[in-house]
Amino acid sequence: MNEYAAAHDRTPGAEANDRGSVRRYVTGFGFAVALTLASFWVAGTHTVWMPGVPVLLAVLAIAQMGVHLVFFLNISSGPDQTNNILALAFGIFVVGLVVFGSMIIMTNLNANMMSMQQLIQMQR
Amino acid sequence: MSAVDATVARSPFPEEVPLSKRGPASTRTVVGFGFWLFLLSDIVIFATMFAAYAVLSGQTAGGPAGIQLFDPGHVLIETGCLLASSFTCGLCALASERRNNAATYLWGAVTFLLGASFIALELSEFARLIAAGDGPTRSAFLSAFFCLVGTHGLHVTLGLGWLLLMMAQVATLGFRPMVVRRLFCFTLFWHALDIVWIGVFTIVYLGAR
Repeated sequence: MNEYAAAHDRTPGAEANDRGSVRRYVTGFGFAVALTLASFWVAGTHTVWMPGVPVLLAVLAIAQMGVHLVFFLNISSGPDQTNNILALAFGIFVVGLVVFGSMIIMTNLNANMMSMQQLIQMQR
Repeated sequence: MSAVDATVARSPFPEEVPLSKRGPASTRTVVGFGFWLFLLSDIVIFATMFAAYAVLSGQTAGGPAGIQLFDPGHVLIETGCLLASSFTCGLCALASERRNNAATYLWGAVTFLLGASFIALELSEFARLIAAGDGPTRSAFLSAFFCLVGTHGLHVTLGLGWLLLMMAQVATLGFRPMVVRRLFCFTLFWHALDIVWIGVFTIVYLGAR
């Protein structure tokens, strides 16, 4: 931590903030490592009920994305961040629309598609 | 003078000044917000590839499925490299804001090495798959896989180039506000790539069936 001590002499005003930022990063890193290890453990273990694994993986992934947003990208619900949050909400909305919309439409098309046999018979 | 103007003139607290009277935000705020919008649109691009992967992941055309191809240990090391580099690049940006030369170069170098290891691991996986005949032309599933993971890898590679450029700018231009701002944007970019990677390792590697 020597490199930080030198900086504190030059900018005493930023001291509290700097320390807070480093602590924020370390905390976030700890959470992220724990969540990543949990994800890999869940995927490889037989302790968890098998059909529950995808749900658990999704929960862990969303939690880790939240940790990254809050601790690394410093997104908060403060009044000075209204624009960031609004943009993020719109981004999540579009991502959800694209991913789940495609999946629903393609599953539906797949289910309603004729089998190859039927198609060949129709062309006779 | 309108009533609002009178309030503004008397108000000692900047919070009471209405938004329309506050003037433009600082360059740092404007640049940060603009870059945030770019990152979100980049994530939307990744979302289209995730959608393609989700739709095509079962279409193996008689070829191997994900669970037969992927090695979780390999992916865990890759994930560790990227996560650690995300952490160190944050420390690099913090050091640059304190105008600390040594710490900026140190954390920048660590970030670069970790990012380069990530790319090397990913390329070795791609090479192994292609050598075994499971390249992007094998099945729709593998096309979607190479498209999604390859695009992420391309972003990381470009990010490594950007990091080198930033270190060169710190060396030649010093800690000007412009340089510190660019390094700050690089940090945001790197963190966003790590968030996308969470989706990749959860859906592609751990969710492989």
